[in-house]
Amino acid sequence: MTLARRIIPCLDVDAGRVVKGIEFEGLRDMGDPAELAARYNLEGADELVVLDISASVEGRATFLDTIRRVAEQLNIPLTAGGGIRKMEDGRAVLRAGADKVTVNTAAVERPQLISELAQQFGSQAVVLSLDVKRTNSSWEAYVRGGRDATGLDAAEWAAEAVLRGAGEILLTSIDRDGTCSGFDCALTAKIAATVPVPVIASGGASTFEDFLAVFTEGKADAALAASIFHTETHSIAALKKFLARHGVPVRLSK
Amino acid sequence: MKLTIVDYGAGNLPSVERAFEGLGAQTERAVAPQQLAAARAIVLPGVGHFSAFVAGLRERNLTGALRAAWQAGVPILGICLGLQAMFASSEEAPGEAGLGFFPENVCALPTNVKSPHIGWNQLRRMRESRLLQGIPEDAYFYFAHSYAAPATAPATVAACDHGISFAAVIEQGRLAAVQFHPEKSGETGARVLRNFLESLS
Repeated sequence: MTLARRIIPCLDVDAGRVVKGIEFEGLRDMGDPAELAARYNLEGADELVVLDISASVEGRATFLDTIRRVAEQLNIPLTAGGGIRKMEDGRAVLRAGADKVTVNTAAVERPQLISELAQQFGSQAVVLSLDVKRTNSSWEAYVRGGRDATGLDAAEWAAEAVLRGAGEILLTSIDRDGTCSGFDCALTAKIAATVPVPVIASGGASTFEDFLAVFTEGKADAALAASIFHTETHSIAALKKFLARHGVPVRLSK
Repeated sequence: MKLTIVDYGAGNLPSVERAFEGLGAQTERAVAPQQLAAARAIVLPGVGHFSAFVAGLRERNLTGALRAAWQAGVPILGICLGLQAMFASSEEAPGEAGLGFFPENVCALPTNVKSPHIGWNQLRRMRESRLLQGIPEDAYFYFAHSYAAPATAPATVAACDHGISFAAVIEQGRLAAVQFHPEKSGETGARVLRNFLESLS
C-alpha cells in the first residue's frame, strides 16, 4: 500500500482559453479548457490545476465560468487560482467547483489570508503557490507572475505558510519554467525537506527522465506540467508507465 | 432512487451530485430536518473543519434528524468529514460532539508523515465489503484529510495506512462511510457510489 506520486496537468487560462506564455511576451492559444480537461481526465491525470493568468478585468470575469465548465468534465480533484486576493475570491472559486484554491501574491502581502482560508475551508483546500528564483546563495520567493522579488527566503516563507494552514505547496522554479531543461530538483528537495505537507514540483518538465528525477532526487509528491501535455509531446499514460517501470508508485488507469 | 444530500453550508456538493446523477440517481439538497425525516437514503458529504461541520448541522437543526434517520434504519453514506462526523468526537475540535453513531474518537494523523494526507492511496481489505464489491484489491482512491478514525473501530471493512492505520471504509447495518472522495476517485470511485446505490434496492 503506497501513496501514489501524482501527475498534474496545468491549464493557464486567459479570457476563457488555455494559453501558453512564450518568454512572458506573447501568448499562444492551446485550446478550450473544458476539452483539454476532459482529455486529461480520460488519460489518467491524477488531478488538474487551472490558473487564471489574465491581466484584464474582463478575463477575470470569465474565470469562474471556466472553473464551472472544467469541473463538469472531471471525476478527479480540481485546483484553481490566480489573482485570489481575499476570502470571498477563494469561496467563489470553491463554489464554482474547485476542491482547492491557490494563493500567491496576496498571501505574501497579507499572510493572514492563508489562515482565514484554512479556518474556513480546511488546510486540504489551501495551496500556497510559491514562485522561486535562485539568487547568489539561496532561493527567493517572487510574486506577480514571477516579476517582483519579495526578499523572502523561499523555504522560510513555505514553512510560515504551512504554520498558517497551507496544506500543500505548488513550487515553481522561475529559472526553469519554459526552458525544458528539467525540474529544479535541488530546490524541490530543499522545500520538501522543510515542510510537512506535500510539494508539487513545477517548471522545466520536458522528458520522462525529468519526472523520474523530481520524484527520486527531488522528493516531490507530485509533478505539474503544461505545454508538454497540451502539445501531446507526451501522453500521461505513457509517462506513468515509464515511472512505474522505474519503481515510482503511480496510479495506472485500467 | 432519490438521494437526500445533506447541505450543512460548506463543502463541494455539485461534484457529489454530478457523480450520483451520472449513475442515474436523482438528488435533492437537505437544509431542513423535515427533508431528512422524509428521506429514503441520505448522503453526508463534508470537507473542512470538524467544528464547522457539526455547527452547520446544529444551526439547521439537522443533528437530531440525522440521528433519528440512523435509528430508523435509513441508509446513510458519509464522505470524508461526513465519515468523521459519525464518530463521538474529534481531536480537531475537542469538546465538540459528533453524531455519535460510533463511540471512537477521530485522531490527527501522526507528525512523522506528510499531513494533510493528500493524493491517491490503496486500501487494505479487512472484511467483505458492499461498497468495494467488484473493485480490484490494488485500486487507488483519492484522499485529502488531516484527521482520521482509527482502523480498530469495529465497523471498519477496509483500512488505509498513512503513519497510522485508519478506517477508510466503514459499513455497519445501513450505515456506510468512506474517508476518501469517491466523487473524485475516477471510475473506481464511481463504482463505489454505484455499489451504494445498488445496496439500496
